This record gives sequence, C-alpha cells and structure tokens, in this order.
Amino acid sequence: MRVVVDLNRCQAYAQCCYAAPERFVLRGNEILVYDPAPPAADRAAIERAVQACPVRAIRVEHDAPAGAA
Amino acid sequence: MRDGTIVVAGASLAALRGAEALRARGFSGRLVLVGDEPHRPYDRPPLSKHVLTGEIAPEATTLPGVGALRAEWRLGAPVTGLDRAGRALLVGGGERLPFDRLLIATGARARPWPVPDEAALAGVHTVRSRDDAAALAAGLAARPERVLILGAGFIGCEVASSIRALGLPVTVADPAPSPLAGPLGPVIGGFVAGRMEAAGIDLRVGTEVAHLEGAAGRVRGARLTDGGTIAADLVVVALGAVRNTEWLAGSGLDADEGGLSCDGACRALDEAGRPDDAIFAAGDVARCPHPLFGGRPVALEHWGNAVAQAAHAARAMIDGPEAAGRYAEVPAFWSSQFGLTIKSLGLTEGADAVAVVQGHPRTGRFLAVYGREGHTVAAVSVDAGRWLPAYEAPIREGAPFPPIVGGADQPSVRPVPSGLPALQPA
Amino acid sequence: MTDASDGTLFAQVRDPRNRADPYPLYARLRARPVARQDDGTVVASGHAEIRALLHDPRVSSEDLPPAEHPRTGNPVKDWIVNPLKDRIADRHRPFIFRDPPDHGLLRRQVMAQFTVARVRGMKRRTDALVAECLERCAEAASFDLVDDLAYPLPVTVICELLGVPREDEPRFHAWATQLATALEPESRKDEALRARNTETFDAIAGYMRDLIREKRKAPADDMLSGLATARDPEAGRMSDPDLIATAILLLIAGHETTVNLIANGMLTLLRHPDELARLRADPERAPRVIEELLRYEPPVHYRTRVARAPIPIAGTVIPEGAPLVLLFAAGNRDPARFPDPDRFDPDRADNQHFGFGGALHYCVGAPLARIEAEAALTALAARLRAPRLAEDPPPYRDGSSLRGPKRLRLVVDGIA
Repeated sequence: MRVVVDLNRCQAYAQCCYAAPERFVLRGNEILVYDPAPPAADRAAIERAVQACPVRAIRVEHDAPAGAA
Repeated sequence: MRDGTIVVAGASLAALRGAEALRARGFSGRLVLVGDEPHRPYDRPPLSKHVLTGEIAPEATTLPGVGALRAEWRLGAPVTGLDRAGRALLVGGGERLPFDRLLIATGARARPWPVPDEAALAGVHTVRSRDDAAALAAGLAARPERVLILGAGFIGCEVASSIRALGLPVTVADPAPSPLAGPLGPVIGGFVAGRMEAAGIDLRVGTEVAHLEGAAGRVRGARLTDGGTIAADLVVVALGAVRNTEWLAGSGLDADEGGLSCDGACRALDEAGRPDDAIFAAGDVARCPHPLFGGRPVALEHWGNAVAQAAHAARAMIDGPEAAGRYAEVPAFWSSQFGLTIKSLGLTEGADAVAVVQGHPRTGRFLAVYGREGHTVAAVSVDAGRWLPAYEAPIREGAPFPPIVGGADQPSVRPVPSGLPALQPA
Repeated sequence: MTDASDGTLFAQVRDPRNRADPYPLYARLRARPVARQDDGTVVASGHAEIRALLHDPRVSSEDLPPAEHPRTGNPVKDWIVNPLKDRIADRHRPFIFRDPPDHGLLRRQVMAQFTVARVRGMKRRTDALVAECLERCAEAASFDLVDDLAYPLPVTVICELLGVPREDEPRFHAWATQLATALEPESRKDEALRARNTETFDAIAGYMRDLIREKRKAPADDMLSGLATARDPEAGRMSDPDLIATAILLLIAGHETTVNLIANGMLTLLRHPDELARLRADPERAPRVIEELLRYEPPVHYRTRVARAPIPIAGTVIPEGAPLVLLFAAGNRDPARFPDPDRFDPDRADNQHFGFGGALHYCVGAPLARIEAEAALTALAARLRAPRLAEDPPPYRDGSSLRGPKRLRLVVDGIA
C-alpha cells in the first residue's frame, strides 16, 4: 500500500495512532510519523485510520491485485 | 477539453496531482508524464526527516495515486525544449511529444554551492531528490565527525534536527541573525534557536561561509568570511532552490530562475505578458499572481501549493480559465524539527509586525500573527495546530491586525516589528 | 416573519415532541447559519460556521453558572462548608468546561493515561462483552437493545478502564444520568435542576474521593490509579479536586454517549436494511458505517459555549457574553458541505463530521467509542436473524443534546 498524509490538514487528533498503532505514531506534541508503505496485511487497520481521521488527511492507494496492469 | 493529448512536463507531486485532477474532471484522452528522475512521483517532506534518520526507506516515499492514472510515463527523460508554435515538448533522447495542452510542473532543484569545484568535493550534499537523501543517509551512516549545514532555513533546520537525532555533532551556519529569519523573522526564529541549542546544535548565526575546503577531493571544512574556520567532514548545502526553467529558453515564455510567469488561471505568460491558452504551470515552478499578495506574482515552494495549484490548473485546462477563476488558495505549510511542529497560513513576505496572540513561547506552545500595513497577512503556530484554523478567514479577508482579541489564553497582545524585509515596490 | 427569523426554533429543538426528528428544525435554523434566538442564545448550525467557532479562542467552554449550594438553614453549612465547596467546584471544573491553558494541562494528563495500549487492550474485552450480552438474549424473541447491550457495554468498559468497581454501578447509574443534564441548556437556568445537580455532584465526589484514596494506597493498572499517582513535567501531580472532577467527567462521558451511538446506529441500520445487509456481508465496512452514523445520527447533537468577546461571523456579530450553541447535528446535515446530506451513505467521501466535536475539545473517548460501536454493530449485523423494530420511532430519552432512544425493542427470529 501507499500512504500519504496531508500534514497541512493534520491537527494531531491521533485517531490514526489508535486505529493503526504500528503505522502511525505521534512524537512530541504533534509530529505525526507514519509508514508510507505499509504491508497489504494492514489493510483493515489502515482503512480504520483513514476513516477515523477527523480532518480526512490520510490518503491510501492499495496495491493492484496480482496480474493487473 | 475532454480528449486529445495532454503532456505533463514533470513527474513529482504537482505533476501527479495535476494529472489526477485532469482525469477526475473527465479527461479521457492521452496523458503523458515526463520526468528527469527514474522514479515514479514520490513525497519529498520525509526526505529531510525520517529518511535521514533511517526510519523510512527512500524508496518507500512513492506517492499514492499512480496506479489509477492510465498515463504513459517517460521517466529518466529530462525535458530539453519547447516548440510552442509546433505544440510539442522536446525530450532528452530526441523524442518529440506533440500536445494539445501542456502542464509545466518541472519544479525546482537545490541551489548548489556557488563554487563548482568546491560543490563537487566528496562529502558535500544537497537534499532535494530521493537520490540526494539516499546519498546523504549513506554518508551519515559512515558516522562523520562533524556535519556542517549551510543555511538555517526550513530544510537546513529539519536536516540539522534529523542528523542531531542520530547523535552526530552538527554545526549550522547562516548569515542571518536567527534561524528561519527569512520566512518567519527573528521572533519565532529566536525561539527555534533556543530549541536547536538545547538539542546540542552548534548554531552559528551571523556567520557567512566563504569557501569549502577539501583535501584529496574530500571536504574537510569551511572557511568563513571573517577568517575563521569550521572543521567538518560532511557538508549539507541548504541554500534554497532554483526553478527548473532553463529548458524554456527561446520558447518566448517569461521564465527565469525565479519561475515561469503565469496568470490567475495558471496559463503561462509570454514575454509580452500574454497568456498561452495551451500551456499551463503549477507547483514550485509556477510564478502566479496571488490576491493575498495584492495580485503580485509569487512562486511558492509548498507541498500544499503543489496540490492545490495543480488542481486549479487542471480545472482551467478542462473547463476553461473563466470556470477556474483566479487561483486564491491560502498558502499553508508545515515543518517538524527539534520535536516541534511549525505550521503556517498566509504569506509573511513584507510583514512589518508580528505578535504572539495565543499561548506563550515559555510554555512551548504558541501562535503568532503577522501584519502588513495594519492588515493580517499570516499566522504561524508552534505546537498549536488546532488554533491555526481560526486565522484562515482573517488572513483571507485581510482583517485588521491583530485580528482576534479577547480570547482564552491570549496574553496582552503586543505587536513588535517583524524583522522581515519590506516588499520591493511592484 | 421569515422562517429563519423565528426565534423559537431552538426552543422547539428542545421540546421533547421533536426529539424523534429534529432535522427539519435544523434545516430551518441553517437558513441563518448563526441565528439569535428570542432568549438571547445564539445558535450556530452551518458547517463552516461551527468549524470556525470551534477553533475561535473567543468561544469559551467556561459557560457553567457559578456553583451555588441551595440554602439549608444550617448556618455552618450555609456560611462556611457550602461556600467553600462552591469555590472549589468553580475553580476545578471538569476539563470539558475549561479553556486554555488549564484545559490543555488537564487534558494532557488524561491523554497520558488514555494510552494506545490501554485503549487497544479493551478491543478483545469489548468483543467478549458483546458476546456475553447477546448470549443473555439468545432465547428471547425480542429484547431491548438499550438495556441489554447499548448501555451495559460502554458502562462496563469505562468502569474497567478507569478502575471503578462494576458492582457499584447501580449507585452511580442514577448519578451519571442526573449529571449528564449539565450538557443541557436547561441546567444553566432551572434552579431546581441545578440544586439536584449540586447534590448529586457532592455524592459522586464523595464516592470518587474514597476510591482515589484506595487507588493511591494500592495502585492498579487502571486510569484512575495512573491519574492519582502520575506527575506531569509541567503541571505536577493533579490536585484532588481536579482529579475528582476529571474522574467524574470520564465516568459520565463513558455512560451517556456511546449508548446513543450504538442505539442510534442499529436504529439507522434497521431503517436502511440494504446497509445492514452490506455490513453483515462485509464487516470491514464497519469503520465507514460508523463515521457516517456519527454524521447522520450523532450521539451528541450540540454543545454549549459562551462568547468571551464580540465575534463577527456570517454577517452578524455574536455579542460578548452571549450563550452560544454549536449545533453539530445540524452542521452534519449542511448541504453546503455534504452532498445529499439527509441520505445515509457510508461511502460518502471526505466525511468531516462533528460527531466527536472538534478542535481542542475533540472527544477524548472517540477511539474507545469506535471500538465499542464496531464490536456491537458488526456482532448485531452478523448474529441477529431477521431483526426488526418493534416500534418506530422508539421512545427517546429526555436530552436534546445527548439524544438517543430510551429503549429500542427489537424482534428477532433468533440469535446465531
């Protein structure tokens, strides 16, 4: 998967950190550190993070299924 | 326009988001993206941060959005020229790409150290591309004895923070009186200086480097204009960016190292100031008039500007300049360094006053507002990102400065001179 | 009189007769997105306006009237004990009623205990609790979702998380219900209601004081022990009055909100059987279903504030001192922000709802609420055979801010 967070939008509500703690971490007061290339197995957790973000700052692209162009 | 051929010169954030916006607006024709790097579009902000600390691999920064684009890619292919009359883009290797519409998003590159022989010394780095960051990370892995960073702008400070986090000794040198002096002025710059020094950075403000010195082709340090020296076996040059416009020479478009001029609909302007209806620009390379800047042209090197301006250009390309209207997105950016998150709205350029209006630097959490001639022009939060949105409307409206008084946790607001240079007359 | 200038619209929102469907009133209010009511209250109902006000430092959460114990006739109580209690109460409001900088310090200390590990640790427990609740209903042809699941689940979870003995629940159930009225505007004015709240606060504060003393003696791995023993680098150890106020807030918030999310959620899914079927077929839809529920039928319809200074907005000026209502549930249905806003559509893009409020006071318990709602709704979707509503609309609880069914009787062909 490919993940990017619009950090202009991000206000450090940390909802992604609860939803997918292995992929999103808050450092200091409001520095969001995230994994931009999480494994496909984390799909459900990443989807929870995307949906839970109060400012909808997280964008994800799932890997194309094997064999697709 | 819904079909035909659109060529995008560039393959970074603005190019990708522009291409996506074209598809989202219904463009179903041929879409070609041309990039000088061999990589698919990737995200730059991590390059000065977690890529350097080794937490994110350089190749992990590829941006989402590539898969669904239905585009042709010319990667590792620099653009070499523009045949405006023939409506074709010339690409390295001799390919000629005809277009109905062209989106120019060639961005910018790191401003190199001005002395080429010195810039070429081993151990001298810049941080702009993914490959730059990978090379710097490799250099850091060799545990240099001291890293010298030339320039205390956002990139210089972020890189200093990341390298310091690796436990390496770091010196930062800048001719200005404080870090971030150019974009933010000495009030916030002074606060950040305190954090830098607390983190163990050897901060040399008011310090100008005259020469980089080397031995056996490897950098050994810097000689200062005052005769002093700084020993360093790795140097990061963070002196800002130069727009990639040389390839437009002879095209008749108004372009120089400060950008390619365009109008409010992102149409490129020719040397007589006339818009070209087939050629658009977005992102770092575009020098666009901005209403918050009194309609003066400004080229913004912001992640958010690349995204918003590319979408704006795409709309103008598909639905026409009138439908798109004038580009008026409130500029916004963020930086994280030394444990702090700095976020900005508006344009501080030419601000004559600044005031801390919420919180206090003493508590490490505050918001400052900038004014120009009595109007609110920008707001900057330090670890107070949730306070910032309140200032968007006052900035957009140019509300009287300071714009919000009488709120909770607002000290008695005392504006002070911003310390920023005045605007050049238009 | 034009419709939007009807200064009684918000009074009509509070009228219990409009509880089942306040949305037409919200639409009328939105015609003037910041509207002054006849009693001087200003109601913000547009999405952009609510967002602006949520972030505006002139909008204060310190809108409770001064604490005031009613006269008892006992001079020692009336002149010494109760005035002292009132002063303490005023200075140590729960952080939901506090502004920066105090709010930030208190909230930070709570967040330091509301750790990712602790909250995530409740996930498995929540699934087990849901299963237990459904087990108890297994033989019944009908049950009350509120009493049998939507209420006991969050209460048990918050008790375990805080470290409040679950067996004491019958005692503080009534206290929690009573104190939840502090979120209703009536509690600012109704003297009898304020007196009851003061009395209730004294009772629950006494209970908490004893509990905190025990936690300090023998700290356990729970939030109250953590709050009672931790030391913030800046604020130091939380004062006892702040600790008591914080503990009460967390306990009540855990009681009175998620129950509505689950009950409103199942009610909405039963009214949209296609969506219930899709959730049953694909439990991974739960996160988007829950976010849409938070927009479409939020547990908290509004929060009150007060203007510290005049605030120009939406072509009007909110006067200094004006009571202010941020009508989240109306902003959530603003057609200027959400296409086709009255449609329940979990696939909606860019769903920036106010289901958990926003800005500094964004709901602390949001991650927990999401875990509980996901556990409950996915289990209900998967296990109930042919569920249907015994009555629609159901009877509602009194609150117009904390709005949800008093009971939600479901008829089923069985529980798998």
